[in-house]
Amino acid sequence: MVASAVAGFGRDTLWLVGEMGRMMVFLISTVAWMVRPPFRFLQVLKQIHFIGVKSLFVIVLTGAFTGMVLGLQGYYSLRKFGAEGWLGSAVALSIIRELGPVLSALMVTGRAGSAMTAEIGIMRITEQIDALDTMAVNPMQYLIAPKVLASVLIMPMLCSIFDLIGIYGGYLVGVELLGVSSGAYTSSLESSVEWKDVYGGFLKAISFGVIVSWVCTYKGYNTTMSAEGLGTATTEAVVLSSVLILIWDYFVTSVLM
Amino acid sequence: MKSKQGSKPVIRLVGVEKTLGGQPVLQGVNLEIPRGKITTVIGKSGGGKSVLLKHMIGLLKPDRGQVLVDEIDIARLGSRELNEVRKKFAMLFQSAALFDSLNVFENVAFPLREKTIMKEAEIERKVLEMLEAVGLTGMGHKFPAELSGGMRKRAGLARALVMGPEIILFDEPTTGLDPLLARTIHDLIVETQRKFGFTAVMVSHEIPEIFGISDYVAMLLDGVIVEMAPSEEFQRTRHPAVREFINVGPRTEVVTSGESRRPGTHA
Repeated sequence: MVASAVAGFGRDTLWLVGEMGRMMVFLISTVAWMVRPPFRFLQVLKQIHFIGVKSLFVIVLTGAFTGMVLGLQGYYSLRKFGAEGWLGSAVALSIIRELGPVLSALMVTGRAGSAMTAEIGIMRITEQIDALDTMAVNPMQYLIAPKVLASVLIMPMLCSIFDLIGIYGGYLVGVELLGVSSGAYTSSLESSVEWKDVYGGFLKAISFGVIVSWVCTYKGYNTTMSAEGLGTATTEAVVLSSVLILIWDYFVTSVLM
Repeated sequence: MKSKQGSKPVIRLVGVEKTLGGQPVLQGVNLEIPRGKITTVIGKSGGGKSVLLKHMIGLLKPDRGQVLVDEIDIARLGSRELNEVRKKFAMLFQSAALFDSLNVFENVAFPLREKTIMKEAEIERKVLEMLEAVGLTGMGHKFPAELSGGMRKRAGLARALVMGPEIILFDEPTTGLDPLLARTIHDLIVETQRKFGFTAVMVSHEIPEIFGISDYVAMLLDGVIVEMAPSEEFQRTRHPAVREFINVGPRTEVVTSGESRRPGTHA
């Protein structure tokens, strides 16, 4: 029994190492195809529309409510120390440094990432990816690279929209609703947010863009030939990229601090 | 150059072996595909016919053995050289594999837009010509989801034909179609083959229909080609397992086509 448990553990470990290797090879070959002509501007634009424009609504919504709840929480915590004037700084820093990049990446995973996996998975099952291959059109270049590129380009923009809306949400609750002075909110924000914070947030957003598109396209591309296979692939894609976003966030933060 | 190659087989498989998911599928396949003819590979469902076809165009690589296209071993080629060889090919997939996001016209135009520098007007003329050749005149604006199975196969054939390939691979072109529609697709394949002169390789289990349309027939059994002969001759084979397969054809047909409709049991 012990032997079989050890064997099972060994098998799983081997599989995991193999899977990590395959994912890495997938990412490297995507990048290699990205920089090779023909460049597919139209495909990239379509993906920017799909990942970016179509995620706007949910980003604005989550951004607003995140900022508003931060305003509320922050106000009552800071008031204990008589420091409600620092609300602007508290809201802005937590959003710009952490919540903006992380939450917008998680929203994009749920909205666009799962759709990417499903789209590519269906193309795999119905042999459309093989068809591209037979027509001497590389599917990595035609399908995968534009998605990854678009995702990397659009994530910082979605993140900055999230940041702006969030900060304004905090302003609405803190200043308009709870009576913090408008000058204190903006001046504390201005004095405490540094370029390093903004730049760190963008760095996170860019790397999250890589994670979401990489994991989601990989899972779709390697879907097995069945309807359950597609469901599993989508679930795995969303779970894995969400988890990776949070783990990667910790490491990037610890380096940036 | 063509006349020099004329008598040589266009595709030659030498001792091809392939194991998929722990199952040996091909166990030393030797097969020669004659140029400019229709060759059909028959065999049981799930017996590796589609796997065999995918080896010919390099979608799968053999574990052992050679796949020679005009005497070039495509299993040893890098992706760039392989893409050069693939320009000779087109493939009609079991599900037709039309791109969902493009309409029929764009699907047929896709290889032209990707692989040629033709002007838009020229592309349009060519695509309309192909749509007419497969009987889909006026259907260009429809999306794959709006088409019936037969129409999808026709659109797939038009897309396969549009680049004027030397070789077209047909992966069970009539699966999922009723007998009448199957016959019209078979007739269409023969008609276009006569018209354009390509080499056709087809995998199918439509016995006895394929005898009427094929120049050569080969049988894949337990991972090897057990018999290959001109269609007429093939039907008089003495090989007991082949005799059994083609004689009980119609009844096996009922069983096998029922099986192939189950999801996940692609041949």
